[in-house]
Amino acid sequence: MLTSRMFLKRTRAGAVVKVVREHYLRDDIPCGAAACRLCPPRPAGPGLGLQAQPSGAASSLCPGPHYLLPDTNLLLHQIDILEDPVIKNVIVLQTVLQEVRNRSAPVYKRIRDVIANPEKHFYSFTNEHHRETYIQQEQGETSNDRNDRAIRVAVKWYNEHLKEIEDEEKIQVIFLTNDRTNKEKALEEGITAYTCEEYIKSLIANPDLVDRLACVSDEGKEIESGKIIFPEHIPLSKLQQGIKSGIYLQGTYRASRDNYLEATVWVHGDAEENKEIIIQGLKHLNRAVHEDIVAVELLAKDEWVAPSSVVLQDEGQNEDDIANEEEKENILKTSVNKDMLRPTGKVVGIIKRNWRPFCGMLSKSQIKEARRHLFTPADRRIPRIRIETRQADTLEGQRIIVAIDGWPRNSRYPNGHFVKNLGTAGDKETETEVLLLEHDVPHQPFSQGVLSFLPKMPWSITEQDMKYREDLRNLCVCSVDPPGCTDIDDALHCRELENGNIEVGVHIADVSHFIRPGNALDEESAKRGTTVYLCEKRIDMVPELLSSNLCSLRSNVDRLAFSCIWEMNHKAEILKTRFTKSIINSKASLTYAEAQMRIDSATMNDDITTSLRRLNKLAKILKKKRIDNGALTLSSPEVRFHMDSETHDPIDLQTKELKETNSMVEEFMLLANVSVAQKIYDEFPEFALLRKHPAPPPSNYDILVKAAKSKNLEVKTDSAKALAESLDKAESPAFPYLNTLLRILTTRCMMQAVYFCSGMDNDFHHYGLASPIYTHFTSPIRRYADIIVHRLLAVAVGADSTYPELTDKHKLADMCKNLNYRHKMAQYAQRASVAFHTQLFFKSKGVVNEDAYILFVRKNAVVVLIPKYGLEGTVFFEEKGKPTPKLDYNNEVPSLTVEDTTLHVFDKVKVNIMLDASNIQHQKIRMVLVEPKILGSDVPANLPTEISSKNEPEKKKKKLQK
Amino acid sequence: MAAPELLSDEGYRADGRRPAELRKVRARMGVFAQADGSAYIEQGNTKALAVVYGPHEMRGSRSKALPDRALVNCQYSMATFSTGERRRRPHGDRQAGELALHLKQTFEAAILTHLYPRSQIDIYVQILQADGGNYCACVNAATLAVMDAGIPMRDYVCACSAGLAEDTPLADRSPEEAAGGPRLVLALLPASGQIALLQLSARLHQERLEAALEAAGQACRALHAVLDRVVRDRLREVTALLGD
Repeated sequence: MLTSRMFLKRTRAGAVVKVVREHYLRDDIPCGAAACRLCPPRPAGPGLGLQAQPSGAASSLCPGPHYLLPDTNLLLHQIDILEDPVIKNVIVLQTVLQEVRNRSAPVYKRIRDVIANPEKHFYSFTNEHHRETYIQQEQGETSNDRNDRAIRVAVKWYNEHLKEIEDEEKIQVIFLTNDRTNKEKALEEGITAYTCEEYIKSLIANPDLVDRLACVSDEGKEIESGKIIFPEHIPLSKLQQGIKSGIYLQGTYRASRDNYLEATVWVHGDAEENKEIIIQGLKHLNRAVHEDIVAVELLAKDEWVAPSSVVLQDEGQNEDDIANEEEKENILKTSVNKDMLRPTGKVVGIIKRNWRPFCGMLSKSQIKEARRHLFTPADRRIPRIRIETRQADTLEGQRIIVAIDGWPRNSRYPNGHFVKNLGTAGDKETETEVLLLEHDVPHQPFSQGVLSFLPKMPWSITEQDMKYREDLRNLCVCSVDPPGCTDIDDALHCRELENGNIEVGVHIADVSHFIRPGNALDEESAKRGTTVYLCEKRIDMVPELLSSNLCSLRSNVDRLAFSCIWEMNHKAEILKTRFTKSIINSKASLTYAEAQMRIDSATMNDDITTSLRRLNKLAKILKKKRIDNGALTLSSPEVRFHMDSETHDPIDLQTKELKETNSMVEEFMLLANVSVAQKIYDEFPEFALLRKHPAPPPSNYDILVKAAKSKNLEVKTDSAKALAESLDKAESPAFPYLNTLLRILTTRCMMQAVYFCSGMDNDFHHYGLASPIYTHFTSPIRRYADIIVHRLLAVAVGADSTYPELTDKHKLADMCKNLNYRHKMAQYAQRASVAFHTQLFFKSKGVVNEDAYILFVRKNAVVVLIPKYGLEGTVFFEEKGKPTPKLDYNNEVPSLTVEDTTLHVFDKVKVNIMLDASNIQHQKIRMVLVEPKILGSDVPANLPTEISSKNEPEKKKKKLQK
Repeated sequence: MAAPELLSDEGYRADGRRPAELRKVRARMGVFAQADGSAYIEQGNTKALAVVYGPHEMRGSRSKALPDRALVNCQYSMATFSTGERRRRPHGDRQAGELALHLKQTFEAAILTHLYPRSQIDIYVQILQADGGNYCACVNAATLAVMDAGIPMRDYVCACSAGLAEDTPLADRSPEEAAGGPRLVLALLPASGQIALLQLSARLHQERLEAALEAAGQACRALHAVLDRVVRDRLREVTALLGD
């Protein structure tokens, strides 16, 4: 049967056109019930369909066998409940799925996963194309009403259809909706309908599910309680109009980490001015949450403010304490220089929420037996969330996950519901889990489906593998890596040729040989994007068999490799480059220290050592060339923990030491990456995967220039080369660490390097390396980008064939987006892991005094760096319950005067470090200035490390930031 | 907003068809009495009319006549009311010229032109309502019209388009599906499996070509069955008239 859908559409030019679409109605769509013999058999699709004998949880409301049928809003809000293993046999209508798809991509993905899960017995019924359940939109009916009616029609049809099945027990379909009018209408039509709450509460065996109900109150309920705090959000249609006409600006909302009353909105598009808008004050923030897409209205110029340098944390235990807030807002409005004012605005509406489940802890309400509690997320940029739970006692002190359901206008905090308990806070496993979840790192063990694509053991190289491969087993190849490295993905060789030139080869593990495009293993690695290294744990991108065995270029075994071989003269000029798939047999796996020892040793003269010396010599020339070209040598303090081998607790902490051999390996890897980038770009100008590092905007350097000026040094920032040179010159004989500090500051000014697809961009320059083109080729075991580059290169040298996704630049661009995101998150996770272990370290160490340097000066605090541990921390001068010392902040220098002591950037100070465990969720490293001594502070200058054992100083109630 | 889904997980396209299913086809032969042959076809909402004159002596410049076979002359046009927005299409339309040329090539391959040397066959097609697959509808209508005119052909020429939703080929693309992705148009002589015309727009990876081609071929064969029934019905009708 055929019908047509007709609707009006506005074209881009603004004309209104009538669009007619065909809409076919079918009579062969199965109802999905296993017992049904009236419908044609179910074709192979996702999931298993509905059970003949529904085996869900028993409900006191409907004791008979039944299927559930939720409506759109219920599915959107209560997805957590539906995902619970107790809920089975649910019919998801196409109408519902389509609405969900348009409204929330993450929920759509989740419900799709549930439908595909054979244990859940969810069935998606294509009601819009079924002859008996399709309805047409009536005159004057909104599309929402039509969809609601379509859902009810489907429920009715199901009930009648299931009655026709010859079976002793009639199965009922129960309609779940939270919409009051919809439920009333359904009951009128003779449909059994319940709200989600009614149904879940009726489940006999599972009372704990109630906690996971999202509390979406009806509109009517809200008016009862309290006054309205927030202005109303403007509806989407008006926002879009406003954005088009330029009244509003659309952008991504980014809450400030340090100050809960401030946020910035990054405006989308290429507009030069008003790129970054500041939002200040609770009312202006207007219920936006970090990462939401919002519409912003600019304030008049005289209301503009400067970004505050105050650090403020939301501490109010007493909810809805608004008077207090206003007072705090006033703190922000200090008089500032005219030129510091930035575009300021207020949030007028939300275009898209980007809520995800948040990790954090419960702050139990002080009222006993209360059911409403506040939840404090681990991420400081997320506001606290009010949840309702009866198990507060058990949840206290645990890390839990909570999802936001909504944020009514009269509520200081958003409402949410409990999702999952992760374990006791402070536990190493729980905390690791939290930081992986918070950084969206996929860390589940590899599924059977993924593992099935691994090569069968015992594995050996076959004739087939030898095709297109060169046998390089006779070469004297060796690898140099950090100690304890099991995923060795690069090895080197170097030999003199007969014509006097030198042949240098970089051999990279041939991971793309094992991971074939399109299979589950490939998809999983693409999703993970990168291996994440935490302090005591590694989250692999590819299964261990590959990462630590078959792909790892260990010594004295035959391994497949992808080789990049150059012929160079003694001035390290490349005469010839070639790429080939190969077989190698590494002669030695060395650590950096071992390699260094061999180079330095006077007695060793074997093949490996001579080739190492040759490589080292070439590397030095290469490095010099690179630096002459304007490559930057930057510095960031990196720490390494010495772990206790049994408890895995950190025992000692030291900054990473760099040896000459580190730079030797690095130099050849850079060279290989550049050569490969050039090759794949020449071969595939449209879809080469490259990496670029954009030059930072000049304003980024402001802090650096000011800081250097305060030490009477000049830093030129007009080009990378000028910057590199002026950094080299910036030495102070009295202050040898200054140069490192400057380089650390410079690192902070840089932009993030990103992957991109050459067909989608035209700026390829890599600023930091001063290379016109660059890519990642050398670490395919731990980076997915390298696997793609390997595949491209394999096609370029004729060793492999392409596949559809590889030559699709849009797909490639999407992949780059994911890879960039994963890389960023992996970095954050790494830092968080270091921070956590630093805390563990100081917990066992107690209180210490250390030398430190001031990196940044803020309005009420200074950020210091402790070179000994590579640790950065903030020293505050305001304390709760104590008179605030007189603070005078000078933005020009910048400097901060506390009472009589003036602090400048780069000042050497002494700080007292200890762990503040008063807030178990945010255990912090607390730092207090010891030298220069500030009046009124009560920290003893000479605190012996030993006396201050764990418990006494931690009792001090102080809210300080790490 | 998410881009529209071409193929749902349940295996239905946006308009309710399965991947290999055609849109509804309705056709009639002999719609005009004055022309030598004529036909009308509906494929979904696309409606096309084809009229054939000839074979007849060369009109206009006789110098164009071919000594060994007939000249096939094609003209393609779209009615001003054929699209959502009324638009006049002058004859010089580039797209129309291209389509006419394709039609000409297709039918030169199908008609036994060597039977009529030094003569001319005119095929005029017009799109009355455009809703995707214009070329295909024209070819199918013209086939019926040529048959109606009684001009001998090697075989039916059936044309159908195919697109791709990720990996699944979709037969007979609707305009919704035409929004993105590669498109393949195939004109096939179903009995012999010979290809009269194959057109590919946008890049398509080699590995997928075969699947898409197979889907288009299947669709052409399905169309052939429909057209064949139309021709036989028409024949029965005409013979019944003559028989009296």
